[in-house]
Amino acid sequence: MAAPLLEVTDLRVHFETEDGLVKAVDGISYSVDRGQTLGIVGESGSGKSVSSLTVMGLTRARNAHISGSVKFDGRDLLGASDEDLREVRGNDIAMIFQDPLSSLHPFYKVGKQIVEAIQSHRDVSKAQAYDRAVEMLGLVGIPEPRRRADSYPHEFSGGMRQRAMIAMALANDPKLLIADEPTTALDVTVQAQILELIERLQSEFDTAVVVITHDLGVVAEMADDIAVMYGGRIVEQGRADTIFNAPEHPYTWGLLSSIPRMDAPRGEELVPIPGRPPSLIHLPGGCSFHPRCPYVRDAHRRVEPVLDPVGGDPSHKVACLLDSATRRKLWQELQAGIRPEDARQDVIEEGAA
Amino acid sequence: MTEAATSAHPASPAGGGGDVLMEVRDLVKHFPIRQGLFQRQVGAVRAVDGISFDVLRGETLGLVGESGCGKSTTARLLLRLMDPTSGSVKFEGEEIAHIKGERLKTLRRGMQMIFQDPYSSLNPRKTVGTIISEPFVIHGLAKGEGERKRTVQDLMDRVGLNPEHYNRYPHEFSGGQRQRIGVARALALKPKVIVADEPVSALDVSIQAQILNLLRELQRELGITLIFIAHDLSVVRHMCDRIAVMYLGRVVELATNEQLYSHPRMPYTGALMSAVPVPQPRLAASKKRQILAGDVPSPANPPPACRFHTRCWKAQEICRQEDPALVEKEGGNIAACHFPLTDAEVLERVPTARNA
Repeated sequence: MAAPLLEVTDLRVHFETEDGLVKAVDGISYSVDRGQTLGIVGESGSGKSVSSLTVMGLTRARNAHISGSVKFDGRDLLGASDEDLREVRGNDIAMIFQDPLSSLHPFYKVGKQIVEAIQSHRDVSKAQAYDRAVEMLGLVGIPEPRRRADSYPHEFSGGMRQRAMIAMALANDPKLLIADEPTTALDVTVQAQILELIERLQSEFDTAVVVITHDLGVVAEMADDIAVMYGGRIVEQGRADTIFNAPEHPYTWGLLSSIPRMDAPRGEELVPIPGRPPSLIHLPGGCSFHPRCPYVRDAHRRVEPVLDPVGGDPSHKVACLLDSATRRKLWQELQAGIRPEDARQDVIEEGAA
Repeated sequence: MTEAATSAHPASPAGGGGDVLMEVRDLVKHFPIRQGLFQRQVGAVRAVDGISFDVLRGETLGLVGESGCGKSTTARLLLRLMDPTSGSVKFEGEEIAHIKGERLKTLRRGMQMIFQDPYSSLNPRKTVGTIISEPFVIHGLAKGEGERKRTVQDLMDRVGLNPEHYNRYPHEFSGGQRQRIGVARALALKPKVIVADEPVSALDVSIQAQILNLLRELQRELGITLIFIAHDLSVVRHMCDRIAVMYLGRVVELATNEQLYSHPRMPYTGALMSAVPVPQPRLAASKKRQILAGDVPSPANPPPACRFHTRCWKAQEICRQEDPALVEKEGGNIAACHFPLTDAEVLERVPTARNA
């Protein structure tokens, strides 16, 4: 089997700040194959964005301590020089951001900005690059692309700006596209257009995609594999179907039961996760989810869980101190509508023993 | 606006029978666009362009739609934070569209608002205690210092804040807690109606559920009428009894929760529902996503006749010629459409309709 296109191993990104050491990413590993989509899900402050910015070499700063390894297409990206990285960025790896208005330069026409992205990596004439820019704008569904290439970003609507940014990102046929909350600022009907567009382009060019989002619906529609992040670590990882239908981490359960769902009968009450996401400076000891976990036991406050494969499925990994049999019973109880606080204590006791 | 549009509205929109708290008829808000040396008016943004509906006592009415559809303007008109261009808003039978001064102030005691952004809607230089007791001061209900503090602390306790944090400042609270402060402030004067404008869209997923549960619980216990504005259709389904779908300043569909989510009739509603990503990979894989072409047209220059015709896959000649009336369709939904969706079309595009 060929090596994965992107392989991240034990990545750590710590920032020294006046308030203390921020462990934004603390030992995460994942890989993405060509043509595949990985979804990274988490709430604000879970480290999901920092991990992918680091892959692009965008977190290099004097106060940042980065360790681990990032291999892309056989090349080591963490150790690469800034110049080599610039070569990869925007060429082999492209990124789209949540806010297209701040990623497009307000002073230059959209077409010119795409031309610049092309010419910085390709040895082509300005006219050729311009034709390519117009072609890309057409490809992402901007009407009258030749005329619109001559517009400024402020003349575009939110959805069109997002498309223009995607056009720019894909202009050099990247092998990997990192999309950080690509549709969060958009209305649902426009979001549907953009998701459809990314999927279509992905199947045409066999691009690998890493999509970072807090929206469980978006990952369910896009991702083949999913990594759930909490407090700078991956707490659960597996095939999309497994994560949604047989999740084994209490945090994943919490996320799934705290969103109102259109695909289930209308329930009376949501089951929120108590408390709030932890500070990355003072991460709780032991299992970092323990202050919010309804199934916490004394030992969980001291022992740190490891991301281990679940029996019978090597692609499914969970970092939880409850044993797998207990977790499965608890998930079934949740499915049956039993609230976490009413969960059968005997099940947990027996599991924690 | 055409004459047909003004005259065609249902006398009493869906739900009938119930006790009507507010009655909105032909409500219009145009923002003038001025240009040139003399700031002559050259056009108008038709933010709200002739809408009619009732708000029933004790219900949760949802207003949904995409950005620019006029849902937030509608909310501000209902609370009279803005003066309508024309039309009528009645609150408990009293016309409030143009009242002023002392009468308006008294009226506002009965209506409160919860804002989207818990960061910018709280004054950073005031303590939580001061923020929550402000309504009492404004309305001259300030009893003694001690009694006011007790009332405020009761409110804080009521919304799940620690009453001992009375003297803290907003920056010491997380986003979810700040939204609770907003809720406490809205509850202070025991209003009859609360308008919540995207109250959870700025919050993390796990915190959203806490606030949604709080709002539902308070409503059940205090019998408050809630007007809930949101763009997230799954949240609206969870919260609302009846829902008005807005598009370009108009209400295009009005139905009960069950009606709307099991059989949307207006193709726009169907497209909205089809576009909502479903957190279930199996369903997501099987559905035929209904993609709408293009963007929402500008409300300064809305398309003639049916405003949705430029993006509608069912549009025909009549949709470009004639504004459809908001009338009852099959299943009881009230919709403004010449060619409402059939059940088969709904099931193909909105897999979640089966569960509604």
